[in-house]
Amino acid sequence: MALSTEDIKKIAHLARIEVSDSDAASTLTKLTGILGLIEQMQAVDTAGIVPMSHSQDVVQRLRDDVVTKTNQREEFQKIAPVLGNGSTELAVDHGLYLVPKVIE
Amino acid sequence: MEWEVVIGLETHTQLQTNTKIFSGASTAFGAEPNTQACEVSIALPGVLPVLNKEAVNCAIKFGLAINAEIAPRSVFARKNYFYPDLPKGYQISQYELPVVGKGVVTIQVPAVGKNETYEKVINITRAHLEEDAGKSVHDLKSDGAVASMSGIDLNRAGTPLLEIVTEPDMRSAAEAVAYAKKLHELVQWIGICDGNMQEGSFRCDVNVSVRKKGSDKLGTRREIKNLNSFKFMTQAIEYETRWQIETLEDGGTIQQATVLFNPDTGETRAMRSKEEANDYRYFPDPDLLPLEITEADKVRVKAQMPELPEAMKARFEAQFGLTGYDAAALTASRELADYFVATVGAGAEAKPAANWLMGAISAKLNAEEKPLADSPVGAVQLAGLLNRITDNTISNNAAKQVFEAMWNGEGEVDAIIEAKGLKQVSDTGAIEAILDEVLAANAAMVEEFKAGKEKAFNALVGQAMKASKGKANPAQVNELLKKKLGA
Amino acid sequence: MINRSLKTLSQMLAEKQISSVELTQTFLNRIDALNPIINAYIALDKEKTLAQAKAADARIAAGNAEPLTGIPIAQKDIFCAKGWQTTCGSKMLANFIAPYDAHVITQFDAVGAVNLGKTNMDEFAMGSSNETSYFGGVKNPWDFTRVPGGSSGGSAAAVAARLCAAATGTDTGGSIRQPASLCGFTGLKPTYGVVSRYGMIAFASSLDQAGPMAKSAEDCALMMNVMAGFDARDSTSLNREKEDYARNLNKPLQGLKIGLPKEFFAEGLDAGVAAVIETAIAEYKKLGAEIVEISLPNTGLSIPVYYVLAPAEASSNLSRYDGVRYGHRAEQYTDLMDMYCKSRAEGFGAEVKRRILIGTYVLSAGYYDAYYLKAQQIRRLIVQDFVEAFKQCDVIMGPAAPSTAFKAGEKVDDPVAMYLQDIYTISTNLAGLPGMSVPAGFSTGGDGKALPVGLQIIGNYFDEARMLNVAHQYQQVTDWHTRMPDLAAEGLA
Repeated sequence: MALSTEDIKKIAHLARIEVSDSDAASTLTKLTGILGLIEQMQAVDTAGIVPMSHSQDVVQRLRDDVVTKTNQREEFQKIAPVLGNGSTELAVDHGLYLVPKVIE
Repeated sequence: MEWEVVIGLETHTQLQTNTKIFSGASTAFGAEPNTQACEVSIALPGVLPVLNKEAVNCAIKFGLAINAEIAPRSVFARKNYFYPDLPKGYQISQYELPVVGKGVVTIQVPAVGKNETYEKVINITRAHLEEDAGKSVHDLKSDGAVASMSGIDLNRAGTPLLEIVTEPDMRSAAEAVAYAKKLHELVQWIGICDGNMQEGSFRCDVNVSVRKKGSDKLGTRREIKNLNSFKFMTQAIEYETRWQIETLEDGGTIQQATVLFNPDTGETRAMRSKEEANDYRYFPDPDLLPLEITEADKVRVKAQMPELPEAMKARFEAQFGLTGYDAAALTASRELADYFVATVGAGAEAKPAANWLMGAISAKLNAEEKPLADSPVGAVQLAGLLNRITDNTISNNAAKQVFEAMWNGEGEVDAIIEAKGLKQVSDTGAIEAILDEVLAANAAMVEEFKAGKEKAFNALVGQAMKASKGKANPAQVNELLKKKLGA
Repeated sequence: MINRSLKTLSQMLAEKQISSVELTQTFLNRIDALNPIINAYIALDKEKTLAQAKAADARIAAGNAEPLTGIPIAQKDIFCAKGWQTTCGSKMLANFIAPYDAHVITQFDAVGAVNLGKTNMDEFAMGSSNETSYFGGVKNPWDFTRVPGGSSGGSAAAVAARLCAAATGTDTGGSIRQPASLCGFTGLKPTYGVVSRYGMIAFASSLDQAGPMAKSAEDCALMMNVMAGFDARDSTSLNREKEDYARNLNKPLQGLKIGLPKEFFAEGLDAGVAAVIETAIAEYKKLGAEIVEISLPNTGLSIPVYYVLAPAEASSNLSRYDGVRYGHRAEQYTDLMDMYCKSRAEGFGAEVKRRILIGTYVLSAGYYDAYYLKAQQIRRLIVQDFVEAFKQCDVIMGPAAPSTAFKAGEKVDDPVAMYLQDIYTISTNLAGLPGMSVPAGFSTGGDGKALPVGLQIIGNYFDEARMLNVAHQYQQVTDWHTRMPDLAAEGLA
């Protein structure tokens, strides 16, 4: 499966990573190499083999429905990112995290 | 050309748990922004999810309530997309192996233009556990540059949801709303959701498509997101249906889209944020292991569940001799059924209890727009009133006056009867004395009766009742009058 | 002092021959002198460190010390430690001060160990040379022109250069064992689920496992006694009874069956490394072990499988770094989409971005079955290979890495060549099995410098105590693990 720079841009957009045209070209070369490595899998007959997500065959443990967390907003918002676009303030306001206008 | 609308629903029910689905943060509604957003809720680096037992119990309850297969092993998957109210950049949901499989919900749909309903079975495709997202806030308190931004509150992020998906089985807004109402009642009945639609505890996404009648191919659907009132649901579906039909009749085509309903304009419009096609890249969440539900789990949960509406309806018919219609009406909500059972439990006869509950009490509640829980006349008081009818203390007519007084908070049944002097006269001597007076004063009527005019008898009864100020026991008046007239 | 075993240091502390403050200060002084060149540590906080040492001394004085009380430990910068800069080697988290403790940190705090600092690492643990770190490469103490391996390169250099008494690492595809091999010390990756991942910044959740990096098997056992244990906050943490990992150290190896997978000695293995491994195996024979030839036929597939599964999980795990709640946000952006794309493009380095893209691609619509599902199926085949192998032997041995430390810059532009560094280690991560690397000798590279070679020991599930025994017995008859790089030869005192 050969990738194109268009594919790279589409994947990068899905992953929300900006790539310039020159980045896309060099990324394409490296990704093509890696995908070549991965392609080796296609030679294996895996019909009927159950996919394996976890190495241990154990089931999910359940947690009691008891409140254990307290309000740590102040502490957590101390590490908020800087707002940017000229402002050096933290990207929080009245306890809310600030992001560019969300349009629904 | 005749068109048919095809509707399927996806309902997000917030489960009534103390804590979030994957963390010990509180789910209480209305807290200050981000004060219930723990390290897991805000997805700090390194945090991990652990599944809430109660959320699983809720899913099992729902599965049992709709006679669905409950998966012995289900899997949590990550649904990957970027959105500021989704802190991990993925939502933990279930994809290929949901906890609840196929089931059914039977609904009663009001027939158009008739005062009756028809029954329809809606097939449930699946129900799966997932986490809710946070909220975007658009009117910020600060001004300046900040005011043009959105604020993110993650208190709701991680609240447990059960997403219930139907087959595209509904053919009108009325059917869709009947299903939504039935589901709304059911999840409250089994105690897994508080049903509070204003607070977003019960939100419906409605998939609408249209096709030519007789066609067995589905049209392209548009999904109306996040309807949180039955009124809006009706309006939105009706608008959307009209819009799709008009578009097609004008030679246009329908593009698959996610739309929002605007209650102010009554219209739907496509969401801008969903314009691009999503590729959610679902895969099993490696931080969570398969959820195992055993037969023993199901037995344990079943023992905690209340009798289900269908079973209760059948029991009401068999045990109390109620009609199917009455039994269905009484089991339309858990509150109503509980009220009825409590009334009967306090000694009232079933049929009158049903009649009063669906008659006088419902009428009052409707008029005052009150829920049953706020009724000034409780089950025990109603039973007290009905018992006074049964034991001949008061007549049916007097009971209506007593009920009014009780509703207005004038006191208990017996005190009101006493205060208003509504006690029925059942003393033979007293009634005979009244009758003697009436017969003496209405000799003409007595003659008419004797001449064969049956109506005159009723007129005489009326006179006797009037003379007793309505307090005489009507049955006794009838009986004694007959005796006196030699009839 | 800096060469003493944890056991000896613990005794010296108990007998008040030295205080924890003195011991800690000794390492801090050494770090001051050497770290500017070696770059093993990203974050130091002497005030915090010495406060912990002081508290440890008080605890020792009060007579309720544990074996590691007062011992200075280097923590890989992948573990969140409250109040500490926790970067995961990334610009994305360059200013991130963790507001909570990872389970591993809590465990060390609970026994009164001293946190010496946060060690350098490949960005988000993605790399085999420590060259993807935003905070710069780390020098291999045996040869400053060479890499220490990765991703736990900072911890590796710190242990090798005696910049700590012991260190923690994490291993997703070999990130403890390959650097242990390249830097000449003992490193253990436990069975998946034995050490809680809570607070350990995720790379590939189904493969990540933390473990000790130390001077000997005995030291690793003492570290494991602190690190291992059930944690309800990690759904994949296994609820097993607490065990003493040092309990079997002194058992004789008579009758031990060692499996040698022929695939580990095939093409691609450096001849010098092969010779060292063969000598080590001969030593084991002398100790009474029996050698069995085994086969792990799907070894070659472990790299392709890993480079589907790990990037897939990583692409999703790293989505939380969006510049909204913490971490890097672009300075200039026009709208939400622009903020996301710029913050992530600026915050992540090239290798991390590559893996996110690979992961995004293999999970995307239309490719999932051909890549992700297929990889999960082959993962099962790889596990079955081990199940069969352990029917014939008690432990599996082979090289931990195909070569000795390579030159810095040699493989940075060739990701595929870099990925092949983990050919012998990745399959154990896929299987969730425990693996370790033990110093087994030296191989002389082209420029005449002797570079360490690690012997890999792979055990069955939960067989860490036996593996530590197997390594310890070897270390009783060899002295490779006591060798220390001659930093003077590198121009340092």
